[in-house]
Amino acid sequence: MNEPASLWTILFAAIFTNNILLANYLGMCSFLAVSKEIKTSFGLGSAVVFVMTATTALNWFVYHHVLVPLNLVYLNVIVFIIVIAAFVQLVELIIDRVSETLYTALGIFLPLITVNCAILGVSLFMIIRDYSFTQSVMYGLGSGIGWMVAILAMAGIRQKMKRSRIPRGLEGAGITLIIAGVMALAFMGFNGIL
Amino acid sequence: MVLSILTAIGVMTALSGGLALLMVIADATIGRYGPCRIRINDSRDLEVEGGQSLLSTLKNEQIFIPSACGGRGSCGLCKVEVLSGAGAILPTELPWLTPDEQKRQIRLSCQVRVKRDLSIRIPEELFNVHQYQARVAGLRDLTYDIKEVRLQLLDPPAIDFKPGQYIQFEVPAYELTDEPIYRAYSVASGPDQHGEVELEIRYVPNGICTTYVHQHLKVGNTATINGPYGDFFLRDTNRDILFIAGGSGMAPIKSILSDMVHTKNPRRTRYCFGAKAIRDLFLVDEMRAIEKQLPDFKFIPCLSAPDTADVWNGERGLVTEVVDRTVTNLDNLEAYLCGSPLMIDACVALLKKKGLPEDRIFYDKFA
Repeated sequence: MNEPASLWTILFAAIFTNNILLANYLGMCSFLAVSKEIKTSFGLGSAVVFVMTATTALNWFVYHHVLVPLNLVYLNVIVFIIVIAAFVQLVELIIDRVSETLYTALGIFLPLITVNCAILGVSLFMIIRDYSFTQSVMYGLGSGIGWMVAILAMAGIRQKMKRSRIPRGLEGAGITLIIAGVMALAFMGFNGIL
Repeated sequence: MVLSILTAIGVMTALSGGLALLMVIADATIGRYGPCRIRINDSRDLEVEGGQSLLSTLKNEQIFIPSACGGRGSCGLCKVEVLSGAGAILPTELPWLTPDEQKRQIRLSCQVRVKRDLSIRIPEELFNVHQYQARVAGLRDLTYDIKEVRLQLLDPPAIDFKPGQYIQFEVPAYELTDEPIYRAYSVASGPDQHGEVELEIRYVPNGICTTYVHQHLKVGNTATINGPYGDFFLRDTNRDILFIAGGSGMAPIKSILSDMVHTKNPRRTRYCFGAKAIRDLFLVDEMRAIEKQLPDFKFIPCLSAPDTADVWNGERGLVTEVVDRTVTNLDNLEAYLCGSPLMIDACVALLKKKGLPEDRIFYDKFA
């Protein structure tokens, strides 16, 4: 990208053409484990959207206002991880306290995504691509939505697949990875749009 | 150079320390739920500090709900009826609860957090469940793969249980497990030996608990158990008794038999014990001794696949075949089965086919 990308392009690209899950294959472990039911996938997906957007914003501040001035950008990976982990923990505590329904729908998934590599990946890409603050937030939001779209699609497919006869060796993660591959090819088709 | 290293260390420390401090403050303010009251079976009230899972809160109050995974929601054993105060069923519990259980408000106590006053219902027997510190007083090989473990209870110094019940044995963290886990074993000793508990543990390759017991446990080691649990015990009737067991299924039957000797129980009793070959047979002399002590007891060991070198005049064939041959009068019979699920399913099917009503068949499946 030579010219500064517009916010909508970043959002659209993060959801479709550069889907963090299907183009970069990040955030696979929870994707494989939780994509059995649409309902739980939706809960996990919303948690990812929220955490990704918020941690990208937080990490942007930490990076540009702490690490860059102090010449410590090489510490970015470890610092980002700490910020993400602490943030997720804190949010879980708060949600648990504030709303029972929100906790049931969202809170119990938070510990699962503390270690989701897609969350860290988005923070790192934002640095590599040199995004401004608003661009970063848009990119975080888009990646979160993209991840959610992917897991919802997968959950839909797996629910339909419950009664299909799958070769025994491919049951579970095997067939899921193959489907993810086919989905990634399909999402590459969006490339022509931008 | 030195300065940049120091800044790096300083910044990292400040950042981690700051966030850790934030977490501690949050934990002490937002994460604090204050005292809660747990009402048990509409009769007992517990005052507890909120915030932890129901399972560990009850454990701190010396009420032990059976659980095998240590509270990670992966065994589905710690079910408790929660009448009020637990909120909706969590997605992490759903895989373990049948639709009927969901309707009856059965919950996994390791997933339910105590955040306000709760009302729960648990079986009365669980009040008799305690945790015991013990010392390994003896280890003996019963066969090439079954070990007898004798535990001397230290604190509390005595246990009260019904013969046939089981306890949970705590395996501390070692090579095969990162955290303590619990495994259930039937007590083999009679309840008259209050201060001692005997277990019979068969080696399962790579089994977390059995490997620990067979390869690491030494006489003099300390061990932690909790119990007793289970509803496999002799019913108080005057019917004839048929025991069927295989392998370490011997344990609860031995406990029941030694109690029968102790109470001079006169009921007509037959005990079919299934083994492959002579090397799988154990405690035969003890059983013969009990035959002399009880007025009407016969021990019937049977071999399904004796080695060519085995000298054997006893019964041959699968334990089901032997039961089929030797048990003829079922009018006044109660059957107690203990062993592998396969053996139990086969025996239950046989006994039902022979006309024994299901409510007179009791069993303990060793999964």
